[in-house]
Amino acid sequence: MSFLIDSSIMITSQILFFGFGWLFFMRQLFKDYEIRQYVVQVIFSVTFAFSCTMFELIIFEILGVLNSSSRYFHWKMNLCVILLILVFMVPFYIGYFIVSNIRLLHKQRLLFSCLLWLTFMYFFWKLGDPFPILSPKHGILSIEQLISRVGVIGVTLMALLSGFGAVNCPYTYMSYFLRNVTDTDILALERRLLQTMDMIISKKKRMAMARRTMFQKGEVHNKPSGFWGMIKSVTTSASGSENLTLIQQEVDALEELSRQLFLETADLYATKERIEYSKTFKGKYFNFLGYFFSIYCVWKIFMATINIVFDRVGKTDPVTRGIEITVNYLGIQFDVKFWSQHISFILVGIIIVTSIRGLLITLTKEDFTEVESESSLVGKFFYAISSSKSSNVIVLLLAQIMGMYFVSSVLLIRMSMPLEYRTIITEVLGELQFNFYHRWFDVIFLVSALSSILFLYLAHKQAPEKQMAP
Amino acid sequence: MASLDRVKVLVLGDSGVGKSSLVHLLCQNQVLGNPSWTVGCSVDVRVHDYKEGTPEEKTYYIELWDVGGSVGSASSVKSTRAVFYNSVNGIIFVHDLTNKKSSQNLRRWSLEALNRDLVPTGVLVTNGDYDQEQFADNQIPLLVIGTKLDQIHETKRHEVLTRTAFLAEDFNPEEINLDCTNPRYLAAGSSNAVKLSRFFDKVIEKRYFLREGNQMTLSPICWEMFSIWIPGFPDRKRFGAGTLKSLHYD
Repeated sequence: MSFLIDSSIMITSQILFFGFGWLFFMRQLFKDYEIRQYVVQVIFSVTFAFSCTMFELIIFEILGVLNSSSRYFHWKMNLCVILLILVFMVPFYIGYFIVSNIRLLHKQRLLFSCLLWLTFMYFFWKLGDPFPILSPKHGILSIEQLISRVGVIGVTLMALLSGFGAVNCPYTYMSYFLRNVTDTDILALERRLLQTMDMIISKKKRMAMARRTMFQKGEVHNKPSGFWGMIKSVTTSASGSENLTLIQQEVDALEELSRQLFLETADLYATKERIEYSKTFKGKYFNFLGYFFSIYCVWKIFMATINIVFDRVGKTDPVTRGIEITVNYLGIQFDVKFWSQHISFILVGIIIVTSIRGLLITLTKEDFTEVESESSLVGKFFYAISSSKSSNVIVLLLAQIMGMYFVSSVLLIRMSMPLEYRTIITEVLGELQFNFYHRWFDVIFLVSALSSILFLYLAHKQAPEKQMAP
Repeated sequence: MASLDRVKVLVLGDSGVGKSSLVHLLCQNQVLGNPSWTVGCSVDVRVHDYKEGTPEEKTYYIELWDVGGSVGSASSVKSTRAVFYNSVNGIIFVHDLTNKKSSQNLRRWSLEALNRDLVPTGVLVTNGDYDQEQFADNQIPLLVIGTKLDQIHETKRHEVLTRTAFLAEDFNPEEINLDCTNPRYLAAGSSNAVKLSRFFDKVIEKRYFLREGNQMTLSPICWEMFSIWIPGFPDRKRFGAGTLKSLHYD
């Protein structure tokens, strides 16, 4: 009887999450598009719903809501469904949509998407070999095999993002790093930009005129076709087309320069705004926070290094540790059991909410000019998002990443929970080597943090030098 | 060759609507093979015969300035973009027929571009609010182009094409709908090509032939000084823009 009640509660909450994911999809991700594939929307919302349900089950675990056997049942079911989606459905649909974009293979879409999916499964399986993730007791298609691999990918992702975030956050908030920017700097750059544009225009005018005279003379085809055409072009080479390619190269170089100048000018404006902002109260408050954040991030990096160097994995979670300290050293007596439950609930809740929020905000970022400056590959990726053809693929990729991210959050959250609440995760997820995941997280976190420090340092040093150049 | 007169036309619109493909089609009569994100501004030049077929035929250069970005960009990007909006003679607004938001954003684009170039006629410039009276005195010819026509299914076409009618109330622009991957939409002699030609002719006329009855008779130097002294102008960048204008005007 209680099982039925519990199940109905779970199902209602799942429907709520599903609805939220659906709305988010419609309002934020795809708010402007006429053409919408409903399959993609459904898949995204379902992934979101089941990921959130997992977090909900953790919260219930801590608070002791619902019957423990029904909780266990729902855990298992949830996990099976999510794995089904992440490993079977989403990759298959990604392959399907990629193939539908290629016009050549349009006829045999299904066949090629199955082939793509099989290739994905092969690499996915191979991924598990180099890692000592699980004891060899289990069969091929067990939950543990799948979860372990999903966990590896997700943990890598989380560590990369946290590493970068840990370094970037204090850098953005603290005004210590702000360069001094004056109006004359900006004006000088703008003048250079316009001069470059003028140079590009004059070259393009020459090209347009040359093309027009060639067209009028009847030399329409620049490219020689066929064997005899090539021989002919060697002897009677149209000097017009040679000139054009030369000028085109100069134009390409100038256009690259104009892009750089534009980005630098935008950067200067942004820095100027930040300087003005930091003089306000809000700015000072964030600056202050930035100092705290930087200390926290440095501590995290330090702890990660210690963990790796001394080869130790923390046994107790921060909550119990904190309670121990307060009870033993500060001598404050309070009801340990009661407080540990609530504090861990709050802590876990904060972690969950901030990671979901961070992910969703990154998904809906509108202006990508800052990202473009970092590498053209990332710029091409974000350009693909805005075209409606590949946006389906992008959204599915995001759903896949989101699912993997949340699954590995569950793996890692286990560390932040006191012992009595960890049991269910250990039970459900089977005998995974949790220690490995924490070690792996620390390693990737460290690598990511260090490389972001290096990257930001280089970017910071390079910028004032560019301004000095005439 | 570079001694031909020129006019400057802005091409504005949201990211990904197809401005770069359009400009490439207009200037080189070829479809753009690999469109990519436009950072900053890319310019191309079209050679246009003003009043083609008549004895007064004259060739002009039309510079098409394709400004990249979105309306919701950071204000630093907007300030940087603003440097391209000086001394504009015509504006082409581009929107995506499969994307409703892009046509709604055209209003905000027009605000961004036209606010900078409004000749001060005593019209009160409110800070960022959309006020139809601002455009009553607007002298710059406008053209609205809808892209990706091929992706709209036949049955939905009518509903989609009438959506942009609201723009006509504000600006009274010309309108063209086409597909940038297919040059036949702008083939010589088609109604689209005629509209385009007419638009460019109007731009050239306003720039070179209608100086008499127009505020643009003010010589450039007077224009700059006039703009500095109007109180309440929202951006102090006017000052900087003024000096830059003198560099660009020929």
